[in-house]
Amino acid sequence: MEKLLEVKNLSISFTQYVQGLNRHDLRVISDLTIDVNSSEIVAVLGSSGSGKSLLAHSILGILPYNAHVTGEIKYNGKTLNQELKEELRGKEICLIPQSVNFLDPLMKVSEQAIGECKDDDEHKEKKIRQREIFDKYGLDESVDDMYPFELSGGMARKVLLSTALVGNPNLLIADEPTPGLDAKSVEETIQDIINLKKEGKGVLLITHEINVALKTADKIAIFYSGYVIEINKAENFNSADTVLHPYTKALINALPVNGFKFTDGVQPLEETLGCPYWENCPDRFDKCENHKPDLVNHDGIMIRCFKYEEADNGA
Amino acid sequence: MELKVENVSFSYNKKRQILKDVSLSVSSNSVVGLIGDSGSGKSTLCKIIAGYISNYKGSVTIDGEKIPDKDYYPVQLIFQHPEKTMNPKWKMKKVLNESWTPSQELKDTFGLKENWLNRWPSELSGGELQRFSIIRALNPKTKFIIADEISTMLDAVTQVQIWQSLINHCKANNIGILAVSHDIDLLNIICDDILYFKDINNL
Amino acid sequence: MSELPWYNKGLFSSLNLRQKTLLTIGLTGLVLLIIFICGWMTNANLPTDFSIKMQAPSFQHPFGTDWMGRDMFARTLKGLSLSIMIGLAASILSSIIATLLAFLASINRACDEFVSWLIDLFASIPHILLIMMISIGLGKGAFGVTMAVAFSHWVNLTRVLRAEVLQINTSEYVLLSRKFGKSKLWIAKEHILPLVLSQIFVGTLLVFPHAIMHESSVTFLGFGLSPHEPAIGIILSESMSYLAMGAWWLAFFPGIALLIVVLLFDIIGDNLKRLIDPSEANK
Repeated sequence: MEKLLEVKNLSISFTQYVQGLNRHDLRVISDLTIDVNSSEIVAVLGSSGSGKSLLAHSILGILPYNAHVTGEIKYNGKTLNQELKEELRGKEICLIPQSVNFLDPLMKVSEQAIGECKDDDEHKEKKIRQREIFDKYGLDESVDDMYPFELSGGMARKVLLSTALVGNPNLLIADEPTPGLDAKSVEETIQDIINLKKEGKGVLLITHEINVALKTADKIAIFYSGYVIEINKAENFNSADTVLHPYTKALINALPVNGFKFTDGVQPLEETLGCPYWENCPDRFDKCENHKPDLVNHDGIMIRCFKYEEADNGA
Repeated sequence: MELKVENVSFSYNKKRQILKDVSLSVSSNSVVGLIGDSGSGKSTLCKIIAGYISNYKGSVTIDGEKIPDKDYYPVQLIFQHPEKTMNPKWKMKKVLNESWTPSQELKDTFGLKENWLNRWPSELSGGELQRFSIIRALNPKTKFIIADEISTMLDAVTQVQIWQSLINHCKANNIGILAVSHDIDLLNIICDDILYFKDINNL
Repeated sequence: MSELPWYNKGLFSSLNLRQKTLLTIGLTGLVLLIIFICGWMTNANLPTDFSIKMQAPSFQHPFGTDWMGRDMFARTLKGLSLSIMIGLAASILSSIIATLLAFLASINRACDEFVSWLIDLFASIPHILLIMMISIGLGKGAFGVTMAVAFSHWVNLTRVLRAEVLQINTSEYVLLSRKFGKSKLWIAKEHILPLVLSQIFVGTLLVFPHAIMHESSVTFLGFGLSPHEPAIGIILSESMSYLAMGAWWLAFFPGIALLIVVLLFDIIGDNLKRLIDPSEANK
């Protein structure tokens, strides 16, 4: 197992105009640190609209121009700058998009999977590869000449996945691959993602559905108000006792299968001075109000909470 | 009171029929769950019941009477994506008060913060917006609520908050709920009765 | 990421794009306002002085003088301010027509088809021809020209607004509003109007240069303002007879001035569009 992707202290903010002429920086992702190894699935779990998709956009270098990024992203030990991102995307790093809306409606799916080629030889080579992959996912030759609107739901999903795999990437980023799918397709998607891992690929799964994360991932990172507050092993998420952060505990207890337990409080709208969960935290200290905890390693679990930092310091 | 859907059939075009002879009923102060796969026509059924689609066959009645379409519609639909149900040029205060003026108590029950009211819809998250769209639908003239995947896009903690507040309010005010979802675990907990969409849709 | 975008280089680098856009609009607007007010203040009945007739541009008469010895600079200013007035009235009127028709189209299918038919009808007649016909029909003069320009320039804006209103009308928030028991009129006023207001505003400004150009054109052709009014079109058509005699300044300066005014309005319109267009809004 080797480290494929290392994201260190990544912050993404947007410049926006508020009320007339004043510009204002809107922080969407703060101080995000996460690693993905080969043969590993890491899920980033957060409510939809929380900005976690921007992590994917940032790795692929497709953020809009008014985004401001700090921190470091490394791929295979090399720092990813914009040039390298452009070189690697589609080859080493691929995105599995959410829906067929991401495909060009006026282009045959096989051509989209093959993508841009320098000359005919490269095209031929890639064509063979594309056929292999499509075969593997049970898409016969008639699919090659179809346009996106002709695909059924299940086929579309397979096309999206195969398209991502034509370049034979080592790292796949799946951005919300399951919403809007029926139960059977969700199962298939989960199986497909697990199979990628068995082939030795690293997968970064971005989702808001905890069930999908639980069934596929090795590690799950919990995203709260722009911060990753806990990165824990997936099996620990089966019970609230084995996760550390108070919010994660609340989240696990709130699942319908775990009792649908009520916890008060909402995510803060604005950047807080202290811990983002301070307002709702049952275990808070005075310190939490004005100081932000760092993401620290506690027995192999990454946690952003003073409770555990204190315990470690005490010991 | 009883909301009755009888033999409703619908197709967008001649080729593909979506609903065939669907019948169900929801009585006041009960929560009925409807489970089915996405794309199976659940949302279309919801729109028919809430009066958004009129060219269907069959009938939708409350206590045997046709629902008048002129004034406030007593069956209110809550959508999956709250951000689409709000005018982007309106502040949240105006959005909230479009339907009626809810009491402070109700706003507190749903955890609505005072400073949200001066924001634009694009400045709030899905969970916050969904609270607004639910309160909006709880006008005293509302007799039934159709909740179409209202918590699918939300995190589990918000999901519990929203459903508890909604169900408490509806039980206290004699409002019936039809909760539509693909999540059987959720429906098992919140519903008094569960219907399977493929059983009631006679395709 | 560290490289500065183009708009942050050079002069005014401390201002953000939105401030710069507003500055451009403000300055341009100021220039136009000055032209307008100067023209307004200038006495229309310029003294005729045959002793200085047909003089080439000089410091005393920067635009030269005409065959009756009138100062061309003053005449041009007067003409421009008249053009701006007519342009303003015509573009506002045409925007009102466009808005009303767009909302009319949203009432029901029949209305929509009627409006579409009207759009096609007016779009199929050449502008100039239409303006001439209406202008003659309404007895020429300032009133005739204003009406003619207004009634021939609503087409594009109506097309845009109709599509916009149609789209808003099928949005979930409008459908929901109906279920809250709100009337169509209320929805048009509260939901739709705020969303299309900026479009209407930009549309009005973009019609402006067209209106001025067309007003001058028909006047030049003799179907617009009457010859005793100092309009740019009149000045240009009069100058035709003297061009052969080498009096180039009679056509050159008023022509350039008209062009500049038209360009200034275009700049305002474009900048305003940029300010309102969401894809450009956050630079």
